[in-house]
Amino acid sequence: MDNLYSLTAGELLSLLDKKSVKPEEIIESVYSRAQSVDKKIKGYIHLDKEKALDQGKSLPAAGRLRGIPVAIKDNICVEGELTTCASKILRGFKPPYNATVIEKLKSEGAIICGRTNMDEFAFGSSCENSSYYPTLNPWDTGRIPGGSSGGSAAVVSADEAIMALGSDTGGSIRQPASLCGVVGMKPTYGRVSRYGLIAFASSLDQIGPLTKDVKDAALLLGVIAGYDGKDSTSVNIPVPDYLGYLKNDVKGMKIGIPKEYFVSGMDKEVEGSVKEAIALLKGKGAQIVDVSLPHTEYAVAVYYILATAEASSNLARFDGIQYGYRCADPENLLDLYERTRGEGFGAEAKRRIILGTYVLSSGYYDAYYLKAQKVRTLIKNDFERVFESGCDCILTPTSPTPAFKIGERVLDPLSMYLSDIFTISVNLAGVPGLSIPCGFTKNGLPIGMQLIGNFFKEEKLFRIAYTYESNTDWHKRSPGL
Amino acid sequence: MAYEPVIGLEVHVQLKTVSKMFCGCATGFGGAPNSHTCPVCLGFPGALPVLNQRALTGSIRVAVAVGCKISDKITFHRKNYFYPDLPKDYQISQYDEPLSEHGHLKIKISGGEKTIRIKRVHMEEDAGKLIHEEGGDSSFVDFNRSGMPLLEIVSEPDINSPEEAYRYLTDLKLLLRYLDVSDCDMEKGSLRCDANISIRKKGETGLGTKAEVKNMNSFKAVKSALEFEFERQVKRLETGERIVQETRLWDPDREITVSMRSKEEAHDYRYFPEPDLVPFMLQNDLIEMERKNLPELPGARKARFASAFGLPEYDAEVLTQEKETADYFEECLGFYDKPKIISNWLMGDVSGYLNAKNLSVRNSKLRPQGLAGLLKEVDSGKISGKMAKDIIIEMLDTGEDAGVIISEKGLAQISDSGELDKVSEEVIAENRKTAEDFLKGKDNALMFLVGQVMKRTKGKANPAVVNRILRDKLTKKQGEEDA
Repeated sequence: MDNLYSLTAGELLSLLDKKSVKPEEIIESVYSRAQSVDKKIKGYIHLDKEKALDQGKSLPAAGRLRGIPVAIKDNICVEGELTTCASKILRGFKPPYNATVIEKLKSEGAIICGRTNMDEFAFGSSCENSSYYPTLNPWDTGRIPGGSSGGSAAVVSADEAIMALGSDTGGSIRQPASLCGVVGMKPTYGRVSRYGLIAFASSLDQIGPLTKDVKDAALLLGVIAGYDGKDSTSVNIPVPDYLGYLKNDVKGMKIGIPKEYFVSGMDKEVEGSVKEAIALLKGKGAQIVDVSLPHTEYAVAVYYILATAEASSNLARFDGIQYGYRCADPENLLDLYERTRGEGFGAEAKRRIILGTYVLSSGYYDAYYLKAQKVRTLIKNDFERVFESGCDCILTPTSPTPAFKIGERVLDPLSMYLSDIFTISVNLAGVPGLSIPCGFTKNGLPIGMQLIGNFFKEEKLFRIAYTYESNTDWHKRSPGL
Repeated sequence: MAYEPVIGLEVHVQLKTVSKMFCGCATGFGGAPNSHTCPVCLGFPGALPVLNQRALTGSIRVAVAVGCKISDKITFHRKNYFYPDLPKDYQISQYDEPLSEHGHLKIKISGGEKTIRIKRVHMEEDAGKLIHEEGGDSSFVDFNRSGMPLLEIVSEPDINSPEEAYRYLTDLKLLLRYLDVSDCDMEKGSLRCDANISIRKKGETGLGTKAEVKNMNSFKAVKSALEFEFERQVKRLETGERIVQETRLWDPDREITVSMRSKEEAHDYRYFPEPDLVPFMLQNDLIEMERKNLPELPGARKARFASAFGLPEYDAEVLTQEKETADYFEECLGFYDKPKIISNWLMGDVSGYLNAKNLSVRNSKLRPQGLAGLLKEVDSGKISGKMAKDIIIEMLDTGEDAGVIISEKGLAQISDSGELDKVSEEVIAENRKTAEDFLKGKDNALMFLVGQVMKRTKGKANPAVVNRILRDKLTKKQGEEDA
């Protein structure tokens, strides 16, 4: 059987059930695909076929992901394997432990198939801030795949992995999923353990799935979700059977359309596709209502204060003392710190560390950090009001534009920051968000829409997304590679 | 012009928990460098803290014991600064919402008691330890201490002499040991103290510019450093100089303080709420349980020892200075019901032995039941008090029962009147002159005769019995002669 790599996890698992395919055949297929196309895409940082085949030799019989190759973003710790956040400062770093999500994947028989490229420490929306090389968009290799989980989105889109894990702090799963034409979800804050995720902004980060279709996203989230005693911010609420909610039926479900997300000047093709999707869901019996999230305009400002403040502290530990990069021949302690960090971090990391250090400094704390925390509460309240009014989901575009050209925004950090304007509020509020393909531009670039749910109501998003997917075939298109 | 010092103390104590504050690593003192570590206390990327419940309950116990108001909400903050012994380059601590505030500690001062207000008691994690290569240019880090639970107890500037500071520390340590939350061993670093000191003219109420003094490794050093610092500040003001706000280090060899950094060089710690530990509401019953389970505190115990056991105040004070001594004393009472006698022995021979060997009564070999057994042997007359003084040393050395030592060494006192009768007759016969002196009214003469009997029995005779026998015999003889 050829082209196993192009199938979904759901399809492969039923083939495995029927014993019409062997796990090593899947691994072989995915690796030969990666070997032939990753030269063009550069989605992976590390790939180790032998290790993957080893993992395939002893699989739990009832594993929910047995034999399925899953690509892992380079900021999730895998014991004994290079985990570098695509940063020079962590070159050579091999964690002595597995992230909780890795433990969960392994216990369900998933094959950890490689480490995907990202913006350094997840700082960016284009994958151009990787210290290795930029990843390219499989639909147009002159364009970026989005970021920061650009590698994970690109390898799923290009069939170099069956599914992938990313992390999302301000849109880092949903935006690249949208730009690469795959499904991506940021779960509710606290739904998935962050233990072993190298922190960018602790109060915003969540690990989530990037997959070829909604069913795979539901399957993968079901495996990685759940309370973890090692993460004080994980929440002890039972994980529903997400697959059981996948029904082609949205009758009576109420979908809110926030006016703040449909503003004049937005990309016409994106707007058109999202509006068509709204019409489709309405046709399937969903109730469409106008809603307002009045504090949306402050989200980007609040985010770049809070996220950088936390990042400046989280990244302090990369100091050349215990692990990772250390500058050559330091003269004294201060020199060691300054040169290690000066040489080890890229420009965007430095920019964010400086921003975050500034907003936490005495004399500025109240005006920036404290004020931003208050506005964050207002943003959260906006969402709570909409869900209290009976909405099952809020529907918006995922990204204001399709994939932009490589280099287009590198010199203008502000325009880069605005790439996440539709996704950032979701992290600030802590609610779940899912991006699903909803069309293509006339140039053949994917367009995604975002479904935002109430706290711990991921299953409703899966239901609506599954209904939409069942009535469209955007997800069946592949980039011609 | 007379000045007085105004002193506030910041005390850090290591809580005696089984595991560290935010991970499962063991807290034991010692161990090969970096043997009690894991990704969490090493600050590895991706590792996350989880609060140790025992550290929380121990902290609450202390807060309750010093009468603090305990916060409803537990929040942690990050204190950011770079140092190689701090693996995350921030310390998880508490900042503007500490565990508890507004308590007090009563200390003994000459002529009575003084109340020192406690500003706050809060939780934080400890850092690792730097080890500098002797004569080389390398430094090493041992992270065994990293993440150990600490309690910071901050006093208000209510202390007005180095001597009061010493008393405060002594009484605080006593309290913490009673609460069984910390070893409070300054040498092992389980108690550390920094002092803030300023001076003002006597009678004034304002506060002068303060200096923070660090690096004292004993209560005595705290006292000496404060004495030095007081003199230094007085001298500056008297010569027309200003006091600058700064951090100073105590140099124990030169017995002076030296400037470490000025206010301008002070760190900006960029405190902000620790996002990895979500604030949570403290259950009131948790506080009430600690309050209910509070052990009897030193002051109350001392009063009870005096009233319930009829001990002199001095005895009650000495016996309650260490919780384990007081516990030991009460255990002895369970086997032997004469409190003052137990107290005499514990404060006398036993404590002399323990001090010489630098032992505590608990890790000596003498058990409460053993001590009681010895005292009963004295009461029964089997041995003399003097013999008991030798036997107790043996018991402390070997842990053997008094009865076994007495019989093995043939130490039993002769109280058998048959044997003593015979010896007494001989002594009287050989000392007729002395016997007559006694009958003439010289009481000292009897003591000489008793001494002779003791000599012949090699000290084993029971002096009280000998005394009685001799007196009986002599008066009987006189009666016979008179008749």
